Parts: sequence; C-alpha cells; structure tokens
Amino acid sequence: MTIMNMKRLLIFFAGVLSICTLNSSVSAQDNTSEEIEKYRELLADGNPAELWELTGEELWYREAGPKNKTLETCDLGKGPGVVEGAYVEMPRYFSDVDKVMDLEQRLIYCRMMIQGLSREQATERPFGSAGNSSDIEALVAYVTGQSRGMKIAVVVGHEKEKRMYEMGKRFFYFRAGSHDFGCVTCHSGENKRIRLQELPNFMNVEQARKSYGSWPAYRVSQGEVRSMQHRLYDCLRQQRFPEAIYGMDLLTAISLYLAKSANGGTYDAPAMKR
Amino acid sequence: MKEIIVSSGFLAASFFAVALVSADQTDKEFEEMLESSLRSKGIVKAEEVLAQDEVQKQCSTSGVTSAEDMKAILDSQLATIVYPNDGKYLGDWKAGEKIAQSGKGRRFNDKPDTVNGGNCYACHQISNDELAYGTIGPSLYQYGKIRGNSEEMIKYTWAKIFNAQAFVPCSYMPRYGHKGILSEQQMKDLMALLFDPESPTNK
Repeated sequence: MTIMNMKRLLIFFAGVLSICTLNSSVSAQDNTSEEIEKYRELLADGNPAELWELTGEELWYREAGPKNKTLETCDLGKGPGVVEGAYVEMPRYFSDVDKVMDLEQRLIYCRMMIQGLSREQATERPFGSAGNSSDIEALVAYVTGQSRGMKIAVVVGHEKEKRMYEMGKRFFYFRAGSHDFGCVTCHSGENKRIRLQELPNFMNVEQARKSYGSWPAYRVSQGEVRSMQHRLYDCLRQQRFPEAIYGMDLLTAISLYLAKSANGGTYDAPAMKR
Repeated sequence: MKEIIVSSGFLAASFFAVALVSADQTDKEFEEMLESSLRSKGIVKAEEVLAQDEVQKQCSTSGVTSAEDMKAILDSQLATIVYPNDGKYLGDWKAGEKIAQSGKGRRFNDKPDTVNGGNCYACHQISNDELAYGTIGPSLYQYGKIRGNSEEMIKYTWAKIFNAQAFVPCSYMPRYGHKGILSEQQMKDLMALLFDPESPTNK
C-alpha cells in the first residue's frame, strides 16, 4: 500500500471515529476535551499525523527543484542536515541570512537556496485541503516530529532575537480592528473557554508549555496536519485582522514570544486536536 | 585601570544609546512588521485595522494604565452611546437568540452582505438551553429575572452592549454599537433575550 493510500484509509477511519465520538458530545458541557482524549486513546499510537511525518521524510530525502537536490544539506540551526532536536530551538537567529527565522521560513529558504525553487514555488500551498495536500505541512510534520520528547529550548540572546521577541510580545497585546481583539483577549485568563473550547493562558507557564508543545497537530475537524503558522493565521482571521502573509516576520515574532513562554516544557508534537 | 574605566564608560554610553533609540525604533519596527506581514483581504482592510483608535492604542500595552487614563477612556466612550430614538429597547428574543448564536461577520472570509452576529455565547452563558457557552465573560443566565427591568437597568444594559468600554476600560467585549457591528434592531433583539420574561434566559 502506498503512503497516500494509507493516508486516505486512516483519514477515513479518523473521520468515522470523530463522527462517532464527537457528535455525541455536542450538547454536553465539559466533555469535548474528554472525548478527544478518548479518541486519542482509541487511536493510541496511530495519530494520522504520522503519515504526514512519513511523507515529509520522503520529501526531505527526495531530489527536487531545478537543482535536483535533496534537503539533506539544509541547516536548521544545528548544522547542515541535523534535523533531530532542531525544532525545539526555533525560531532562532541564522547568521547566513542575518535574520531570525521560524521553521517554515527556514524551509522556504532551504528550498530556494538548495533546490533552486522560486519564492513563489517554495511558498505554494502552505495549507493543504482534501485532494490538495501540502508539501510544506508534510515537511513541517517531519522536522517537528524529530524533536518529540525533547525540552523546548529557544534562546533569546542575539540582538536580532531580542528584537524579534519584543515584536512578538508587542503583538500579543496589540488590540485592533472591528472587534478590538488581540491575542490577549482570549489567552491571558485562567479557565477561559470559547464555547466549549478551552483556551490556554500564555501567562501561565504550564499552559504555555502544553499548548505550544502540541503544535503542529492533526486537526480531526480538518483532516489535515496544521502548522504553527496555520494556527496563528486562523487566530488572526477570527480576530477580524487582515490576512497574515505566509512566511513573513510577524508570525515568526509571535512564535518566538510563545516559544519562549513555553521554554522548559516537553515538546510533544505533531499532536492530534479537535 | 584607566582602560577599565574607559571601556566601562564606553559600555555605559552604548547601553544608553541603545536604550534611547529603542522606544521610537521599536514603534517604527513594529509598524513596518505589521504592514509587511498583513494584507487586506475581502472586507478586511489592512490600513483600517492597523490605524488603531485612541482606546485601542491605550489598551494595547502590557503595563498598567493610570487612573487618569482609565477615567479618560470611560468619559470618551460614554459620550459615544446612542440610545434608540423611539425609546423602545426590547425587540424579539427569538431573533436575539439567533444573533447571540452567530459568530459570523467582519472576518476576511465573510461576504460584505453577511449579517453580523453578536457571538454572545462564545463568551457568556445566557439561555439555560445552550450548554456550549464560553467563559470569557460572566454568566448572563436569568439576567432580567435577577436584575429586574427598571428604566435604569434597561438603559445601562443598552449602553453596555453599545460600548462596553464606557463601563470597563479596555474591556474584552466588542463595542457592538459604537463600531457598527450590530444594528439598533439587532441590539433591541438581544435586549429582549436578556429581559423578556418569556425568554429562556429568564426561565
């Protein structure tokens, strides 16, 4: 069975399970998290995200682009080709570009520099949909999976990292738009929910660790692995903010702020979520 | 020794130089980052969102706003409130329930003719029939039953929905009337959801 077929089959089962387990809980108050927990247990070691990780690994080692190169020489911050443990130290400063980058920006850079893709090609379809899977989401799943079980350990040391952190912190408190929303609206209080969805409080280090440490994730409701950039993109949409352009610095800044607040936590992703 | 004094003097000078540039530079850097990373899409215009109003600016800091600032916000926001011309405050609670349920409107994927919702249940318990309610705001269950329907209470509630920051500076609640999110009729319908004795909120 090819990976794509396996993927389809697993997604099908995941879909059936989600209908069975989640629908029964729609009207039940605090049951959503419990039901998802049960669903996770049912699948045990079978988080569909693993298929994205496998696809991503294939893509990492596959010759591609005008230069017909693999990504094996891509330096994610721990030296060319070192994938293990790279993600828990990102976003980070890269001296070759004199810039702080998150994983997704770094993948764009590597695919352009090593494989010779244009920026347009390297940022094509960052978020997949049924029948249109995203290479980016697969690569992200592969790289992040290689940090599973490790401690989140971003460093805000270099001057550019400090600036980027400051920008992210500022944005966290930035309220604007039709509804006056900002990250702070939903993520700075204890025991808060939107409808039944529990909201992590990023002022609380344990919650920050748990939340940041569980992205990317296979979203049962979407049937896709969603990256950190996607999570933030969709937060901004609900905030009534303009569209975040994929791979630009703002989302890197927020990611660095969130990652720093989660430092010391155990990274446990790609995970599975509602 | 001299070297130490000179170099520490230099360090102090460069430290202050950095600190002095910082405030202005940080503002500029932040603005540039927002402008380069966010773009207009559909009904959401980047330049409109990024041009924060005074209240949004003041409410965007992690620091403590002074008592004077808070008073200024309350006064300026109280002055924005428009009460219904016809003196009628209560519409149809059933229509109000639909508005409270809907989270649509003003997102970049919403259409220009999308009817905006209030999305009240995202943050508040209201009717006892809806169990999927959020907890960012307080429970409004039995709102009218507990508080009664005096003119004072009705006008206060209208004003709170119209512009919550007239009562709580930097409140997380959207300013539904002031920002034109809900129409006068929609707000009347929400008022009925809160006050009508027949509304499931008061059962």
